[in-house]
Amino acid sequence: MTPWLEGYELVVGLEVHVELSTATKMWCGCATTFGDEPNTNVCAVCSGQPGALPVPNRRAVHDATLLGLALGGSIAPRCRFHRKNYFYPDLAKNYQISQYDVPLVTEGRLEVEVERDGELVTEVVGIERLHMEEDTGKSLHLGATGRLHGADRSAIDYNRSGVPLLEVVSHPDIRDPETAQAYLRELQAIVRTLGVSDARMEEGSIRCDANVSVRRPGAALGTRCEIKNLNSVRSLGRAIRFEALRQVQVLDEGGAIVMETRHWDEEAGVTRTLRRKETVTDYRYFPDPDLVEMTTTSEAVEAVRAELPELPAAARARLAAAGVPRAQAATVLAGGMLGLLDDAVAAGASAPAVANWLAGEVTGQLSAQDVAIEATGLTGAHLAELVAMVDDGTLSSTMAKQVLGAVLEGGGVEGPRAVAAARGLEQIGDDDALGAVIDEVVAANPDAAAAVRAGNEKAIGALVGQVMRATQGRADPRRTNELLQQAIMAGEG
Amino acid sequence: MSDAALTGMGAAALADALRAREVSTREVVDAHLDRIARHDGVDADGDVWHARPSEELGRDDVHAFLVVTAGSARAHADDIDRRRVAGEDLAPLAGVPLALKDVLTMRGVPTTCGSRMLEGWVPPYDATVTRRLREADVVVLGKTNMDEFAMGSSTENSAFGPTRNPWDLDRVPGGSSGGSAAAVAAGMAPLAIGTDTGGSIRQPAAFTGIVGAKPTYGAVSRHGLVAFASSLDQAGPFARDVTDTALLQMVLQGHDPHDATSDPMPRADLLATLRDGVAGLRIGVVEELESAGCEPGVRTVFLDAIATLERLGATIERVSLPHAPYGLPAYYLVAPAEASSNLARFDGVRYGLRVDAPSAEAMNAASRAAGFGPEVRRRIMIGTHALSSGYVDAYYLQAARVRTLIARDYASAFAHVDVLVSPTTPTVPFRLGERTDDPLAMYRSDVATVPASLAGIPALSVPAGTAEAEDGSGPLPVGLQIMAPLREDARNYRVAFALEQALGLDPDPGAHGGPRALPLARPQGGAG
Amino acid sequence: MTGALREDDVRHVAALARLDLDDAEIAALTPQLAAILSYAEQVGEVAADDVEPMTHPLGLVDVLRDDVRAPGLRADDVLAAAPDPQQGRFGVPRIVEEDA
Repeated sequence: MTPWLEGYELVVGLEVHVELSTATKMWCGCATTFGDEPNTNVCAVCSGQPGALPVPNRRAVHDATLLGLALGGSIAPRCRFHRKNYFYPDLAKNYQISQYDVPLVTEGRLEVEVERDGELVTEVVGIERLHMEEDTGKSLHLGATGRLHGADRSAIDYNRSGVPLLEVVSHPDIRDPETAQAYLRELQAIVRTLGVSDARMEEGSIRCDANVSVRRPGAALGTRCEIKNLNSVRSLGRAIRFEALRQVQVLDEGGAIVMETRHWDEEAGVTRTLRRKETVTDYRYFPDPDLVEMTTTSEAVEAVRAELPELPAAARARLAAAGVPRAQAATVLAGGMLGLLDDAVAAGASAPAVANWLAGEVTGQLSAQDVAIEATGLTGAHLAELVAMVDDGTLSSTMAKQVLGAVLEGGGVEGPRAVAAARGLEQIGDDDALGAVIDEVVAANPDAAAAVRAGNEKAIGALVGQVMRATQGRADPRRTNELLQQAIMAGEG
Repeated sequence: MSDAALTGMGAAALADALRAREVSTREVVDAHLDRIARHDGVDADGDVWHARPSEELGRDDVHAFLVVTAGSARAHADDIDRRRVAGEDLAPLAGVPLALKDVLTMRGVPTTCGSRMLEGWVPPYDATVTRRLREADVVVLGKTNMDEFAMGSSTENSAFGPTRNPWDLDRVPGGSSGGSAAAVAAGMAPLAIGTDTGGSIRQPAAFTGIVGAKPTYGAVSRHGLVAFASSLDQAGPFARDVTDTALLQMVLQGHDPHDATSDPMPRADLLATLRDGVAGLRIGVVEELESAGCEPGVRTVFLDAIATLERLGATIERVSLPHAPYGLPAYYLVAPAEASSNLARFDGVRYGLRVDAPSAEAMNAASRAAGFGPEVRRRIMIGTHALSSGYVDAYYLQAARVRTLIARDYASAFAHVDVLVSPTTPTVPFRLGERTDDPLAMYRSDVATVPASLAGIPALSVPAGTAEAEDGSGPLPVGLQIMAPLREDARNYRVAFALEQALGLDPDPGAHGGPRALPLARPQGGAG
Repeated sequence: MTGALREDDVRHVAALARLDLDDAEIAALTPQLAAILSYAEQVGEVAADDVEPMTHPLGLVDVLRDDVRAPGLRADDVLAAAPDPQQGRFGVPRIVEEDA
């Protein structure tokens, strides 16, 4: 039973589309680059010219196999491509090459961490199948709204047409929006770890549809609605919650759920019935006669399996064992920063210290600057250096943050030590240098010094502040405090 | 050499004369262009000649070509001549002219597939067949008429009017590659390319008294062949004799990485065994195809051809392909099913005809209804139905299972015999208009050719003699179909060559005396 | 095997095939298609339940290409044939149906 659904249980299955980051499209040698001028990455094949034929991309099949194995699925010894026939202007051939009765991968599973009552718990979501298909072109809707509804005309760009897509279909094992969100995040983390997709929701390189139904506990599955237009992990959660409440309301009012596709309206925070198709959907699947069967021997499967890197679940376990808090580990993994962490540890830093930096300041600065970690040139060695400089007192934590910012800004060309030296950001560790500043501050503030001497310990705070200002923050606060005490007491004598 | 002499010569003979520099490529090309200009009903003006609209065509116009690329053909000819004079080592068929079926793309030249749907479409890329022809310096004279999207057996389904049979200009040349076959039979080109899905090379070859071969599926790349039924379509050669046909297939065949169904196996040399004769070969007569509604005249020619092969030393055996009678019904489910999907891309969005409408969906539907002719619509409808929910198992999948059984029948038969033979068609060419109102009667023209298509095996039609039509008119050509196991195309050529040499038939329609025949210009006779 | 084909069936198929056929055309097509289908239905006489459907004659498997860029077409060449080019895109009238 789902607590917030009053007597009902929520049942969710997800269909996730992952665009592979191969160099070329699924059936032709065109580039898969995002954001190019319209119809510049096209050829006879992907623009659906008469007479053009598809030839499958070996890397795409490999990547699909790799993801299938990462999800613990079985690889079909023989499978092939089918045509899914339907008319749509962005579908250059008016059929999509997909897989049908025998997908490449069947029966996998995904373990996800969900926060429940302030604690992270593990949930398992079954994966029914993973199959290969191709993306469609993109329609630009010309008109007042820029949306399909209300557009006067549309215009098609086939640059995305034929980009390899994997469709990952979960079992309806999900019982709350948080698990759905965690599933999507986990899948994102896995495909990034495998390097098979950049999985950016905002660019559409990972997309998610949710099949949502509700039922009385123990009853048969209810009628489901498919929710589309989920553009972020957050909207996935919101949409499921809204849709479940809507269905419960319909049922409670004695109504029935109609099986349909619904559109998530992010602004209004509601799902809406899409205009129903005027014709019955009948995809008339049949084996694509332009393509031949694909076979995978068990040796080939094992060869791909041997390529599997450490997956997020294993990495989480390892980080937990190393003393990294679960939340920080999750941030590091989601941010694709595990390699950095491992490199920093190899360079001598402690895992919890590095994780703290990565999950905290690094993530914060990257998101503030809106840059990707790969673009910064930050290395594990840099991080290890930074941690060491804080540990040995060369940098205060405030200065360390400035140093990090400078390293990121400089594209990683210079490491923290070089940056700190060049910008004079090292802590003044030299007592003589610091002492000179302190003597001046004490001399300039006789009242404050007298107050300290009189036993008002709080009065020293103002003096520490003066020293920090005079050194532009480079003074070690603890040492400053000690030296101030000495200087004030010495001044008494 | 006179123009008449040149247009009567075969490809090998022309290639020899060109190599010996007895004649220039330009002279050869001009002679053929001139013959096209005189007999085909084209506006022979400028660099690109267009066929006249069907209502302006005369009853003596063959209408083999939809477009004649006179300018580029002459330019190619001049270029070949320059290179020959410069001593360049040229390919065996360099300088020989050819007619290309309008279903294969050629960059910069309109491709219509005989349809209004594609009128005005200029493909932005070359078919692999076209590329191989250019690399072999075969000179493309133009694109030939065909049944719309290769669906038909008479070329009457062309949106641009039917092609006429040079043996009797009131009869059909067969189809769907009728324009290519007629061009060769009429001396407008010594060579032509057709495509064969269920008999579209073999049947028109038989109807026009020439040789036509459907290679093993996968031997010739389909890249740039506008698909009718992808698992069946195969491009192949036409010529007036077996040697020329083999020479052309040698140019066409070969693995192509742009076609995932292209056969990577190395291709056999079709000429190596051409003259080996049939002595000792086991030839199987297919019972089911021999008895499939053959006209008596066709049957007589067929039996005479068998007798000739036996006299040449072949062993003749009767062989049964028990599932062959189901070939035609299976074909008329599988081919339309694939076609319904292949032709979905013609929707008015990217190229071709568009009929405006308020919505994209209505525009698609209006454009498709306006662009496709009756037979194409029928097949799209049959194929859509055969794949639709609730019917796919009983129709498409059952037909595909029957296909497996037919392929097994052939495999069993080839365990006992080297090749199989049958009449290519059950009848001699029929009259224009005779079968246009009866689709099933038209489909039955393919009864003997379809089984080999379903199995993917190589099959060839070679002239076997002439017969009178049932109404006593004629004589009209009759073809013998020879079929071999997968990848054994050379066997078909070997048997065909032996028969050709033994029969010594004249490919000139005019030599057989029909009143409506267009005589092939012969070097000896000087007719023209 | 599947019962007689009715005009409504033909109308449904025309919608799937996206062919705008009027009532007269539907009426004319129905008996033609029915005749062709009843001929084609002979395949049902063959006992083939345990037979694998054949979709490709040669038995080729695993035909793949390397993930290597190949020259495509220029946008101008692809758009040259477009009935309604719209600033580098293929223009179409208003799309009524949602994507599949």
